[in-house]
Amino acid sequence: MWKYASPAEFMRVTERLLWPLWIATGAVLGIGLIWGLSVPDDYQQGSTVKILFIHVPAAMLAINTYALMAVASIIGLIRRHHVSFLVAKAAAPIGAAFTLIALITGAVWGQPMWGTWWVWDARLTAVLIMFFFYLGYMALWSAIDEPEKAQDLSAIVCLVGVIFAFLSRYAVMFWATLHQGSSLSVDAGQRIDDTFRTPLYICMIGFYLFFFAVLLVRARTEIRLRRAQRLRQSEVMA
Amino acid sequence: MISGDPYLPYVLISYGSTAVILGLLLWATLAANARARQALEDRR
Repeated sequence: MWKYASPAEFMRVTERLLWPLWIATGAVLGIGLIWGLSVPDDYQQGSTVKILFIHVPAAMLAINTYALMAVASIIGLIRRHHVSFLVAKAAAPIGAAFTLIALITGAVWGQPMWGTWWVWDARLTAVLIMFFFYLGYMALWSAIDEPEKAQDLSAIVCLVGVIFAFLSRYAVMFWATLHQGSSLSVDAGQRIDDTFRTPLYICMIGFYLFFFAVLLVRARTEIRLRRAQRLRQSEVMA
Repeated sequence: MISGDPYLPYVLISYGSTAVILGLLLWATLAANARARQALEDRR
């Protein structure tokens, strides 16, 4: 498996994957969103139920992207594996974007349904702090010129913030929060009618495909930039 | 039906802001990729 993680092999394999991935993203996301926008109104939530189809996938990706960054950072720190650090770096802006979407769509849904844009409950606060960790992680990468130093320090910051990714996911189980529990749960059985659940699953798949497509492009960009930097250094040395 | 929906602005703001954020992310990603590709070609 590790041979696919070498920069050259990574570039070769991902080049073949990208176009099919973009096509699948466009198709699945298109179907999911059109389906989601055409569902009937919920008897309690009215048409705001349509916000579910972007809020839930965005919130899941916000948390899971942070988990991916943490795993990549650990692998990078232990194995001194450059592509792992670069994948974590590439994932950060995508995770930050999905976190921002989750925060905005949550607030916009909350105003008519809860009567407020924001409450300082455990889940919402944890997600907001996780968003700040995303920003801090990206700021640290760009603030340090030496790549080796930047990747190590950023990885440590990422690992410190893991607690807030964990709380973003599980806070609703530990504390009484205004935010409802999991909409989709294997343990609790079906909580959403199929009318809404099927397009939600399709939107989730579409969002994940979009995530992987953008992640691959960003990781390839980071590898190219690292190569260009090395070539520049060798020119200077010569 | 749509014109009488009091929640329509909330749905539009949600979908609109999502489209803007993901659009900016995609644009920044593709632009950075094009710059990196060019930087590497210039060095070769």
